[in-house]
Amino acid sequence: MALPQVAPLEAPEIEEAPADDRPWVTIVWDDPVNLMSYVTYVFQKLFGYSKERAEQLMLDVHTKGKAVVSSGARERMEMDANQLHGYGLWATVDRA
Amino acid sequence: MFRRNGSQCVATFAIDEVRVLRKVAGEVVGLLTDGMDHTDPVVSRLFPDIYPDRPDDSAEFRLYTEGDLKTGKIDQAGAILAALPDGDEGEVRLDGEAAEAWLRAINDARLAMGTRLDITAETDLSEELETAVVQDPGSSRVFQLSVYAYLGYLQESLLNALPEID
Repeated sequence: MALPQVAPLEAPEIEEAPADDRPWVTIVWDDPVNLMSYVTYVFQKLFGYSKERAEQLMLDVHTKGKAVVSSGARERMEMDANQLHGYGLWATVDRA
Repeated sequence: MFRRNGSQCVATFAIDEVRVLRKVAGEVVGLLTDGMDHTDPVVSRLFPDIYPDRPDDSAEFRLYTEGDLKTGKIDQAGAILAALPDGDEGEVRLDGEAAEAWLRAINDARLAMGTRLDITAETDLSEELETAVVQDPGSSRVFQLSVYAYLGYLQESLLNALPEID
């Protein structure tokens, strides 16, 4: 992800989003184009996450290269990933 | 750049901005309508495999979803073209729905340009631009990099002009 000026971001270490025992996950991968503010906006808009949670997930994606953004039934994860593709985020589905 | 005015996001665009926006939105529509080439890295980026390690499952999913995804992306690029002033400059006023379409469409355009320009996590856009200007100030790369940077600022201004979601 990028800032408009492509300035490097000093990001704090943040723990992995807590995994749960549901069988499938949607993963968002880091990319060099999407703005950090846009990725946060998408997480809030699409998943109804609070600004704090959305920002934390965005930073996870940015610093770790990827983050689990939702988990649940496979069809539901496919729908999430498809909607994320509509926003231009790079999302995949996998088993938890 | 966008600013908030009541419930709307408003921007006043100069002639060059209107032309650039018309061009990039038109290019996205063109890319998506001229029989998409899936070996094109831009197309792969806009339509990623949902199961990277399972090509058959990805292909099956694509079969059912790609048409709608593509239509959505064409519509959102169309929202830019529809809202631009008829003449060469003027004001654009977006309600919530149109602002969302613009955000997504600007992002698609940035993804397409970023892929073509080989933007990576290490790219320093201003350095890249300076180098390109030194090589040839009139080159297409200088123009593309400038437009890419401009679209980043425009998208950021639109995000800032939107009401808080919380």
